Amino acid sequence: MPNIESLSFFLPELFLTASMVVIILVDVFMGPANRNRVVRQLSLAALAVTAYLLWVQTDPGEAIFFGALAVDPYSRFFKWLFLIATAVIFFVTPYTSQLLKTARHEYYLFLLAVMFGLFLMASAQDLIIIYLSIEIVSIGSFVLAGFLKGDRHSNESSLKYVIYGAFSSGVMLYGLSLLFGLAGSTNLFDVQRALASITGPGDLILVAALLMILVGFGYKISMAPFHFWTPDVYQGAPTTITAYLSVAPKAAGFALALRVLGIAFGDNLQFPADQWFPVGNLAIGTVIALFSGLTMTVGNILAIQQNSVKRMLAYSSVAHAGYMLMAATILNTQALGAVMFYLAVYLCMNLGAFLVVILVHNKFGYDDIDDWRGLGFKLPLVAVPMGVFLFSLTGLPPTAGFVGKVYLFSVLISSQQFWWLAVLGVLNSVVSLYYYLRIMKVMFLEGEPTGETVSDHPAMTGMILALMVPVLLFGVYWSPLMGWVRASLKIFTPGG
Amino acid sequence: MDASILTILVFLPVLGAAAMLFVPRGQDELFRWIAAGFTGVQLLFACWVLWAFDRGSSQFQFEVVAAWIPSFNVNYHMGIDGLSMPMVFLTALLSFISIVASWKITKAPRGYFALFLLLDAGMMGVFVSLDFFLFYMFWEVMLLPMYFLIGIWGGPQRQYAAIKFFLYTLFGSVLMLLAMLALYFYSDPHTFNLITLISQAHKIDVMLWGIEMKWLIWFALFIGFAIKVPIFPFHTWLPLAHVEAPTAVSVILAGVLLKMGTYGLLRISYPLLPDQTIVFAVALAVLGVINIIWGAANAIAQVDLKRMVAYSSVSHMGIVLLGMAAVVSVREGGTMAGAQLGMNGAVLQMFNHGIITAALFLLVGVIYDRAHHRYIVYPSDYKDKALRGKLGFGGLAVGLPIFSGFVALVFFAGLGLPALSGFISEAMCFLGGFSTFRTLTIIGTFGILLNAVYFLRAYQRMFMGSPNERWSGLSDMSPREIGMLAPLVIIIIFLGVYPSPALNVISLTMNNLIELVNAASSLAGM
Repeated sequence: MPNIESLSFFLPELFLTASMVVIILVDVFMGPANRNRVVRQLSLAALAVTAYLLWVQTDPGEAIFFGALAVDPYSRFFKWLFLIATAVIFFVTPYTSQLLKTARHEYYLFLLAVMFGLFLMASAQDLIIIYLSIEIVSIGSFVLAGFLKGDRHSNESSLKYVIYGAFSSGVMLYGLSLLFGLAGSTNLFDVQRALASITGPGDLILVAALLMILVGFGYKISMAPFHFWTPDVYQGAPTTITAYLSVAPKAAGFALALRVLGIAFGDNLQFPADQWFPVGNLAIGTVIALFSGLTMTVGNILAIQQNSVKRMLAYSSVAHAGYMLMAATILNTQALGAVMFYLAVYLCMNLGAFLVVILVHNKFGYDDIDDWRGLGFKLPLVAVPMGVFLFSLTGLPPTAGFVGKVYLFSVLISSQQFWWLAVLGVLNSVVSLYYYLRIMKVMFLEGEPTGETVSDHPAMTGMILALMVPVLLFGVYWSPLMGWVRASLKIFTPGG
Repeated sequence: MDASILTILVFLPVLGAAAMLFVPRGQDELFRWIAAGFTGVQLLFACWVLWAFDRGSSQFQFEVVAAWIPSFNVNYHMGIDGLSMPMVFLTALLSFISIVASWKITKAPRGYFALFLLLDAGMMGVFVSLDFFLFYMFWEVMLLPMYFLIGIWGGPQRQYAAIKFFLYTLFGSVLMLLAMLALYFYSDPHTFNLITLISQAHKIDVMLWGIEMKWLIWFALFIGFAIKVPIFPFHTWLPLAHVEAPTAVSVILAGVLLKMGTYGLLRISYPLLPDQTIVFAVALAVLGVINIIWGAANAIAQVDLKRMVAYSSVSHMGIVLLGMAAVVSVREGGTMAGAQLGMNGAVLQMFNHGIITAALFLLVGVIYDRAHHRYIVYPSDYKDKALRGKLGFGGLAVGLPIFSGFVALVFFAGLGLPALSGFISEAMCFLGGFSTFRTLTIIGTFGILLNAVYFLRAYQRMFMGSPNERWSGLSDMSPREIGMLAPLVIIIIFLGVYPSPALNVISLTMNNLIELVNAASSLAGM
């Protein structure tokens, strides 16, 4: 679809861009007194309008901007996830004591910019746009991770993030350029056609291109061994940003990775193609399976030793990337659906867990696990939801995390491939129980009910409870969520 | 009523737990009454089900089927037969009695009673589910309250005991999850329905890693169930969890939770994979005998009364396994009657052991509440001179006549004295075992002797001999304590002299299961 016509299908993103410009201008002319409040309100309003535009958006039936972006139900599913995550973070930011000392007006602006990048990531199907969208997200995230300007950990976190980010996106760009060199086009579908016609077995360049692209995606979703930035960045960044990074860019990374790999390296132009394209002697599924097994094992084993709850959750998020990759080894609708379902559930439970970390930090200034002692008796309204989130992360019923894991394992078992990975996956769940239980233990098993209670923050507690509802609800009745996922499984393909 | 009774049985306690959220702070008294009320009503419903249960039918009764998640073919499917009926009644009875036994809990009573009710719901759900997915959900849901009940209200080593219990059982159940999914995806059309799967599962014909898939599924299920039973060598979580748990939780652990392992084997492994069951039966018998002897030998070595009772559970569950192994009696040169004795005996022993061990743990709780220790050594036997004459009991029969009477009766039931319920079911299991695995059973029967050793010795050390001055001031059992033990004792005596009401419930289902296992097998001609 030509550019001008495409604009009408690009309204949410256009509006986001326009509102960012407006917010910058307002910010400049505003006195320092009301800045934070006004900018936050404007940003929330921008989110609301974006949500409305996304809601009324119609399906163009073809890729917009000459095939660069796909406005399909698949991308819309992820855009809703990004909107929800951003809205939650906007909501809790003024209640985060870490951020009270700094001016927050720019913070909202950067979050909007990151969300714009995420929107592009969900839709991109052109090599250039893919790279651009990842960079938009990354650069915004670098700044946000270092937002606590006086805090050395935050500075370190930002710097590490920049270095790792620059390196891995450089490698990825090189891989993308190899792909372009082979195919002569930046469009993913052209790449697929070209690959199908030119390659024979043992094509080393293609193998190199694939692995380099995997490095880029691996960095974004914190896949081992490209996860080394994760714990430091998660620990140093403001906790709101940690929460955001752990769900939104990760979801976008998966969305983009599945689209790119599925289209360019699929056996045919249908999506999903049900069969990986044979890249030389390399079975793509096996490569991903190895990464998946490594990622979940590394994440879980390192999480055991952590004493900082934020760091522990960082490693746990690495492990969860491993679980989701498990399904990505198979290229079919079931696998795609399982990953999407899990990402939606993961959004709720991980955001919830991090909000509890924020609240505890606000109240007690703690991050060390031993300082959570007796929280179950002091703040039951927060500790009980935390328990629900942790059990959901472990994958125990009746929580949505259990259902999500069942779907992930189902992918492997129904395809009758990678049994070893399924066994490794369930054993990893048992390992993960150990460190999640450590948090439960200090909250509930240690300390005595003294009758002493701490006043909780109503708005934060309300948001935490609100996130607990879907975790429990989809644990016993997940048809609505699965229905939405199934309806969103339509990925744009040129044929129809 | 018929179709909704099982739903009511399962979710009534959940309702009770929800009701507790609305009780204002400081009304601690109310929590007990709510818990007692809801479990009491549940028990009444369970009695009604037992009364209305058609003993002449081998079909599932009170069945309810409703679509739950159609896209995954998960159904809300419940029903009971002669295998689940005794377990349902046992669960309801022991839950109610445990609440009464928990009357003195003062630490965070809201949490305690709410978790207890959730535990009750989970257990009940396991025994009535006929959909594997539903079964699995209940199976896992039960772990959470159990973890907290041991971990918060338990003894000095409670944290370690709780996490060990949780990790062990989760390890077993995740393997079961894979087996469940494999069964689902290999059946055509995909189903979790445990009845449909009977005709589907044995058709699986796939190899994995050079092993037949059916065997992998069997072992994955077996490990999950074996950890719960617990079968040697997966039993190490049990003594710890039992000793650290508060009395009422020990009652539930030993009385109901252990039965889930054998129940799962009989409900899922036996009918779904009969070929593997038949081949594995001899191993099951061996494991059963090891359990009997190992459990009893360990029990003899204990100086902590509660640990002794915990190990006696290991021993008694071994008898259940031996009875279950007799399903292959005909094949091993025995008779159909032998198989029937063994299988019926196994289920009856599950029920009887539930009642007896519950009574044992309650009695341990009674003495612990008074003396705050459970050592069963002669006061003069302490090597440590400082403790000599201070710890340990002796001559308690003088001061606590009612208590010593109860203990005597329950100990005798535990060691299998005729005219008490334990004798009947143990004898049936051994007879069934003898018709099938002669040498093994002969070895196993030595377990009875060993059981007598530790029970009698414990009795002697606690109640006979010269009284220890230190414990002369203990009060005898209160009316509440007598009230919670009386129903158990009545059942022990009643089923000891007249077991047929219980056997009538069980037998048709078990006889069918024996035929199913032997007939459906492709090894039938061998």
